Amino acid sequence: MASGIRDKVAILGMGCSKFGERWDANAEDLMVEAYTEALADAGIESSAIDAAWLATALDEQHVGKSAVPVATALRLPYIPATRVENYCASGTESFRGAVYAVAAGACDIALAVGVEKLKDTGYGGLPQRARGTVNDLFWPNVSAPGSFAQLASAYTSKHKMNKADLKRAMGHVSVKSHDNGLLNEKAHLQRKIDIDMVLNAAMIAEPLGLFDCCGVSDGSACAIVTTPEIARSLGKQDLVTVKALQLSVSNGRELQYNDWDGSYFHTTRVAAERAYKEAGIKDPRSQLSMIEVHDCFSVTELVTMEDLHISQEGRASFDILDGFYDAGGQVPCQLDGGLKCFGHPIGATGLRMIYEMYLQLQGRAGARQLENNPVLGLTHNLGGFPSQNVSSVTIVGREGA
Amino acid sequence: MSVGILGFGAYLPQARLQRKSIAAAHGWFEPALLGLGRGERTMAAWDEDSNTLSVEAGRACLAGRDRRQVDGLYNGSTSFPFLDRQNSVLVSEALGLSSALQTFDLSGSQRAGTSALLAALKGAATGETGLVIGADNRRTKAASVGEMTYGDGAAAVLVGQGDVIATLVGSHTRSVDFIDHFRTAQSEFDYQWEARWIRDEGLMKIVPESVNALLQNTGIDAGSIAHFCCPIGSAKDQKALARKLGLRAEALQDTLESNCGNTGAAHALLMLIGALEAAKPGELIVVLGFGQGCDVLLFEATDALAQLPAATGLKACLANRCEEENYFKYLAFNDLITMEHGLRAETDKNTALSAAYRNKALTTGFVGGKCSQCGTEQIPLAPICVNPQCGDVGTQEPHPFADAVASLNSYTSDRLTYSLDPPAYYGMIQFAEGGRIMIDFADVVAEQGLEVGMPMRMVFRIRDYDHKRGFRRYYWKAAPIYPGIGA
Repeated sequence: MASGIRDKVAILGMGCSKFGERWDANAEDLMVEAYTEALADAGIESSAIDAAWLATALDEQHVGKSAVPVATALRLPYIPATRVENYCASGTESFRGAVYAVAAGACDIALAVGVEKLKDTGYGGLPQRARGTVNDLFWPNVSAPGSFAQLASAYTSKHKMNKADLKRAMGHVSVKSHDNGLLNEKAHLQRKIDIDMVLNAAMIAEPLGLFDCCGVSDGSACAIVTTPEIARSLGKQDLVTVKALQLSVSNGRELQYNDWDGSYFHTTRVAAERAYKEAGIKDPRSQLSMIEVHDCFSVTELVTMEDLHISQEGRASFDILDGFYDAGGQVPCQLDGGLKCFGHPIGATGLRMIYEMYLQLQGRAGARQLENNPVLGLTHNLGGFPSQNVSSVTIVGREGA
Repeated sequence: MSVGILGFGAYLPQARLQRKSIAAAHGWFEPALLGLGRGERTMAAWDEDSNTLSVEAGRACLAGRDRRQVDGLYNGSTSFPFLDRQNSVLVSEALGLSSALQTFDLSGSQRAGTSALLAALKGAATGETGLVIGADNRRTKAASVGEMTYGDGAAAVLVGQGDVIATLVGSHTRSVDFIDHFRTAQSEFDYQWEARWIRDEGLMKIVPESVNALLQNTGIDAGSIAHFCCPIGSAKDQKALARKLGLRAEALQDTLESNCGNTGAAHALLMLIGALEAAKPGELIVVLGFGQGCDVLLFEATDALAQLPAATGLKACLANRCEEENYFKYLAFNDLITMEHGLRAETDKNTALSAAYRNKALTTGFVGGKCSQCGTEQIPLAPICVNPQCGDVGTQEPHPFADAVASLNSYTSDRLTYSLDPPAYYGMIQFAEGGRIMIDFADVVAEQGLEVGMPMRMVFRIRDYDHKRGFRRYYWKAAPIYPGIGA
């Protein structure tokens, strides 16, 4: 039985572009923006990088197929480069590729780049696109919000919960993320909102209103990873290491078998349990310093608090309303604003989450820096639909923690 | 063995466009429409056409029957969406009929429905069982009389030998190139001639000649006819016709002018179903179809009629209604107004015909799988069983889900995704015996909404339109079963 990669890989440097409606930039410009920051942070030259992974989800909207766009934009020195795509969890997949390469000893230094240029469609929201020759014959006409909105109907039914109570707890999720995003100059949305604005906003997909949905943004994020030994040899101290990196992918059981009730993410539960085991975490509620989860929609974040086994099942809304996940709460969630306010350039998102953990663990998060000396951070990067998705859970922390 | 009608079923779209809303829109331009602005007409949803209407009427007719016994499908319509791709074959596969089947698209005239019935009865005389479906969903110009007086709908009758509920006594057809209106391959809409001429030279001449010929051939006295189904002419004109023919005034079957509208090739059959619902054993029923001549058929109701299990016929269809006062919806659904559909509507809907063919058991028949090892029912039929305790390979048998009732697991109403009738409703449904699917919904009544756990039934609909290539795809959708509303 494999024992996992805990503490085998350290983050050498990270970078993240400004997220937002980047009318000024092509995807290639965004990659360079994130990469130059990461390279400077790592203190290395491109020639030191042994292999690269590029994450994009909707490549047809911007860079097109293959890893050639990243190798070309960053002028990588004819190294192995691979493009990965796994729905909205693509960013974490690029990180996984780089981290596993280092953990395996195949590379000394590896690069993960995620990018998405979504704002060249001519309309708001995610691009509407074909889903495959056969899928287009029978898949429903879903949008992303409509797909995730269904969590709410199943959740209230399962927990005999008043729909208005759930909507209010969902609303607090968004208000909290907007408060956090105000302190992040790289965030797409930097605007204070209140609960009444959330509750009274235009309905997108029942019960998700405008403020229950995350931003659709352009942006790029980047990580350079290596072994702890090499990191130290390059003069790095107080290393941030990877504690766990787990992924669970739906196999059709939720969508086609008869036992999933539609109110939770089976994959997240599986991935979280594996990740805690790999990281040696017994009680995530008390051990995790902070988390960044895939809050594509407020209700996703709400049920994810339970799927990560931080809130008990059926209790997430109480923890949320109690401020447990607020910036000053016990397990702060979305300190950087999350997908909600930092934005969601798909391929970059998983790396952007790790970027925040990395900054916080190093005490470099500026105005939003946690003061209580965080040691362990979890990121949860999800892709697809509640009924068929990929869910990744990454835990990073201080070396030795 | 007597030859005749074995059963029937009907389908009317649930929306009823209030004619006063049409009159309110066009009365300024054509004051004559104000006089027609009473009552309501059936209005197909955006995802319904002659084929989907036919399927629903066919399902109503075949409910509880062995579909493999059907030898022929005779589908009459003047609004078939495909000119060269036989529409009735699609309908037969959606109905789960055997592929050892004769199929006919009968078109070209408003009597396509009765001509289909006559053709099927000829087959029945040789021992075949035929499913006859009339359906129409005619597009009309804004501010035309047809817009006011037409309706959308379908009617089906099963004919053959054996336990017939109405025996064919006789029939007569006259073919006359009388052009009351026409529509060509090049024209989108009907071109209509003067109503008074149609009345005087058509209703009052061609119809009586045809009916009298039949009565003469069969030796039946007009006064003994209990139900007379004439799909053309106003109630007032039909009274004059009855006087001319010697019919009892009460024999005139309701033309459904006030609460449905004229459903074209379906209409004679729809009125026939109305007559069968009202008839007593032994009563005589005449049904006629009019268009470039006249078909007349005479039936006698049998004792078996009283034993016929309750079917979704005209009464149930008329009762299942939702009033629609937004005339612009009618214009939008029928592509009669140039609307801004937005960039989201521009997604390419090209269909790989090879892939569509390979997957048509699911998309047309709504056939999934049932594992022969563990018994798990699942959609779609897959090479490896979805039951985590089983996982056997190649063990699934085709299993139909179209007539199964499901319950609602999760849902939403979506205003972001493109729909011609927003919000788009969809969600996950769970079949009682197993099997579930994420699927689009149809016929959601906004005021009644949706609730987790409510029952849902499957309906055959248009999935999407490929305007670039003129193609349309069909698939099944789930419709809520509301308490107190039919079906």
